[in-house]
Amino acid sequence: MSDSKLSIDQVTMTNPGRDRTVVAVLAIAAVVLLAGLVAPQWAKFLLTIALAKGLVVLGLLPQMRTGLVSFGQALYYCLGAYAAGLAGKWAAVSDLMVMILIGGSVAGLLALLVGVLLSRYRSIFYGLLSLALSMILYGLLVKTEALGSTDGFNVAPYTLFGYRPEQDAVRYVMLSVVTIIAAISSLVVHRHLQTPLGRMTTAIRDNEIRLEYMGASARRVIYVNYVIGAVLAGFGGAIVASAVGHIDPEMAYWTMSGEFVFMAILAGTASVLAPFLGASIFSAIHSFAFDVSPNTWQMILGASLLLVIVFLPEGLWSLFRRARRA
Amino acid sequence: MKTRLLTLVASLSLAWTAATSHADENAPIKVGVVTFLSGPAAGPFGVPARNAAEITAELLNAGKAPAPYAQKGFGGAPLQLVLVDEAGSTTTQVTEFRNLVQRANVDVVIGYISSGNCLAIAPVAEELKKLTVFFDCGTPRIFEDGSYKYVFRTSPHATMDSVGAALYAKDVKPNAKKFSGINQNYAWGQDSWSDFEGSMKQLIPAAQVGTSQMPKLFAGQYGAEISALLASGSDIVHTSFWDGDLEAFILQAGPRGLFKKSTVILTTGETAMYKLAAQIPDGVIIGARGPFGVFAPNNELNKWFSSNFTDRYNVPPNYAAYQMTQSFLGVKTAWEKAQAANGGKRPTPEQVIAAFEGITYESPGGKVQMSLGKGHQAVMETAYGMTKKVGGKMTVEKVKRYPAEAVNPPEGIKSADWIKNGFKK
Amino acid sequence: MDQLIAVCIDGVIYSSWLFTSAIGLTLIYGVMKILNITHGSFYALGAYMAASVTGALLARGMEPMLSYVVLLASAAAVALIVAPLLERGLLRFMYTKDEVVIMLITYACFLMLEDAIKLIWGVDPYFVAEPYGLLDSFEIGSLTYPNYNLILIGIAVASGLGLVYVLNKTRVGRLLLTVIHDPEISRAMGINVDRFYLVTFSFGAFLASMAGAFTAPTLSVVPAMGVDIIVLSFAVVVIGGLGSLQGAAVGAVIVGLVRSISIHFAPELELFVIYFVMALVLAVRPRGLFSVAEARKI
Repeated sequence: MSDSKLSIDQVTMTNPGRDRTVVAVLAIAAVVLLAGLVAPQWAKFLLTIALAKGLVVLGLLPQMRTGLVSFGQALYYCLGAYAAGLAGKWAAVSDLMVMILIGGSVAGLLALLVGVLLSRYRSIFYGLLSLALSMILYGLLVKTEALGSTDGFNVAPYTLFGYRPEQDAVRYVMLSVVTIIAAISSLVVHRHLQTPLGRMTTAIRDNEIRLEYMGASARRVIYVNYVIGAVLAGFGGAIVASAVGHIDPEMAYWTMSGEFVFMAILAGTASVLAPFLGASIFSAIHSFAFDVSPNTWQMILGASLLLVIVFLPEGLWSLFRRARRA
Repeated sequence: MKTRLLTLVASLSLAWTAATSHADENAPIKVGVVTFLSGPAAGPFGVPARNAAEITAELLNAGKAPAPYAQKGFGGAPLQLVLVDEAGSTTTQVTEFRNLVQRANVDVVIGYISSGNCLAIAPVAEELKKLTVFFDCGTPRIFEDGSYKYVFRTSPHATMDSVGAALYAKDVKPNAKKFSGINQNYAWGQDSWSDFEGSMKQLIPAAQVGTSQMPKLFAGQYGAEISALLASGSDIVHTSFWDGDLEAFILQAGPRGLFKKSTVILTTGETAMYKLAAQIPDGVIIGARGPFGVFAPNNELNKWFSSNFTDRYNVPPNYAAYQMTQSFLGVKTAWEKAQAANGGKRPTPEQVIAAFEGITYESPGGKVQMSLGKGHQAVMETAYGMTKKVGGKMTVEKVKRYPAEAVNPPEGIKSADWIKNGFKK
Repeated sequence: MDQLIAVCIDGVIYSSWLFTSAIGLTLIYGVMKILNITHGSFYALGAYMAASVTGALLARGMEPMLSYVVLLASAAAVALIVAPLLERGLLRFMYTKDEVVIMLITYACFLMLEDAIKLIWGVDPYFVAEPYGLLDSFEIGSLTYPNYNLILIGIAVASGLGLVYVLNKTRVGRLLLTVIHDPEISRAMGINVDRFYLVTFSFGAFLASMAGAFTAPTLSVVPAMGVDIIVLSFAVVVIGGLGSLQGAAVGAVIVGLVRSISIHFAPELELFVIYFVMALVLAVRPRGLFSVAEARKI
């Protein structure tokens, strides 16, 4: 059988080397790891945060392909951060990998429970219920004085496999760890979207009822996507907790979820690389807008969001798609 | 001919090196100033603080300050301010701090109103080894839960406000039987209430708690809470509300007679007392988070600060403005002390820190002693008073001052424990 | 007994405020299927306009009793200028897009309007207290309540009953019900659906700005006002069922009473009790209490 009789997807599934996305992910990860060696400290810090937030947005991607926009990713982002931070505070855990895994697992466990309820909802109600849940966590954390209420608490510097990096290398080591995690997560999600379950994701948006007529369970697909999103958000939260060194309940506020949705819209959902592009561009716009004037940065953000929605409904990634076709 | 050329070149190069080295000594000192320029805390705190920073820097640079601050700038070098908005999440603020230090290369950072930000920034300041001075944030946790070399706080922390309020309550209403509170349900409000409740238990053991209302921050509507306070029949009502919430509370509580039924303590009331003078009746207890504004001493330093500020900005400075100026004067004192010890050359950050620890200096609010947190945390006396309208103008009467040791915990003991143990030293 | 009365009165006052603040949102959703996040901006704009204009006129010696008229006029001005601009200038072109996308567009507009407010009015709080205290107060037991609160209750009742009357008893209302039911067929039958959308959006905005204007005398108008009201209105409207007027009323009463009870008996819970109720209702009745069952389109 010659390649031309197989579809592009069948080719890529049997031969990862031909899959453009896989190659791109690996290449970009390598570039970041190399560039990180010479980049200034503040840039490494910014990139770490952008990649961590990109992970959360990566979690949004499968859900958005279903047509469901979650306004509650901040719930798992915050939960992951607090889980990692408390592991440090109560169990003296300081290993970065362990903290990240704890963050993702705790978030995932909650999602296994909550997802059962949430997968019944569609459209705005999905978004609103997820928002309500993240605000409940916010309220609980603010009420809890033992956890510092709105002041939160600090996270001690991390170690990696038992060894604490030198002061100058701290940012680079963290950036490398995050880049590797981001790359692996992207590849996992990409692969997931190519499995039968993953393909049903877009089918749900097209026509959910027909999907069910074919014997598939839309709820199951949404549930799986939801849990994946939660785990990734938990990873992101744990990373930010360690990088910034501080956790507070603001991480669960609905405006945080709004930020993630913004990044997702900005970049579009066409490729697993898009979330990271969206996160980076958002950070750049935010930083620039913030410096311009304290009373106009929201306006600049709002205007950018509007422009993207109106003129580039598929996000900035569609610019790459168009260029390639031309 | 050749010798003349040579001498010309020699003298020019000599002059050049002299000029540049002299310029190095007087190269501007970059000061990062971080405070709320947008958002709810901007109006009452952030903007007055920024104004204070700007006018203080200006006056210092022109050498127009009274002794012992007469030298220009810090030790002769002019100050250059880099302003940053404190708005946004803690992640944003940590990022901005790193940018200030690593991109803008400031020499010192003065700022931070939000306790959450202070807690997050302190370890980063240590990591980046940058002298950082907190001017307003209230949480006692900074030097009670941690120990820092590069971080200082030139204002007393919030425990002083609540303990002072309780002491004043005891002085004016020693037979109070019930007290209640209405505070915002976040760290500031929760800490203020628990410190006040704890202090009252020690000072007036017979008094019971009526109700503790904890509406959410920026709720704005306090109808039900005010009903609960009225129903509780309390002698004393404590609130640490600020800005819009404080104003809304005053606007809603007044017509319902709360101020007549109970003696109300507004721990940050100084910021609202002029603006809402028509709505605040006599007999309301007002605090200014220390000896600031209307409680400031009538000395030369205060007159200098207050008149210059009022001339420029058409309103008198409030406590946030006082605290900001106090930070600048503290750094100036330490800097110049270190410079003198360094033979007149520009001191290193470590030298300034060594000179800063444990000093006592004068500010427009009075004496500032850096005596807690191993010499990094300031204490001052505090004052409370009652409102009284004299000839239609808002003033305070029955002012009582409480010395620093009475309202601040001793070194090494956490504020909460100190209160619980009856303020033992 | 006193406390029970206080709980009820506080509950009713708060519910009236919630209802007036929320009906604009449910009306716009019911007719246009848009979850309008700029609802918060209209509320804030109404409050700022009312506070600044009334304050300025009072300072110039206006008769204090006229301030109520000025409050209403400020609200109307805001709605009649900003809402049509927004609807005709932007939203009109987006109706074909997905519900969630339109919501995000209104979110973007909300962000821009937030900063516009700060640029026009600055960051300091405004207040105009005279209208609040002018009408004296009434006493129940040992508690005093300003009569101004009766105005709030009155506005809530008037808006609710007024809308019900218009929708069911007037020709315009009946046509609106048709448009709600099926815009396509309505257009085919010759109804000017675009004009209905414009009027509905403007009226919904007016309801929001009126709520803001009449709330202004009771508190201090601050930049954060718009954000809070969005979440509260959402909760009320979602509990009652998006698009349902009775739902909004019932939702407001439930939230108001629950909040009032928790304040008097368990103050610490107040913080998240509203989200808890919202989550509870959604878990049991996914589309709200008074939602209409919708047929799934294949």
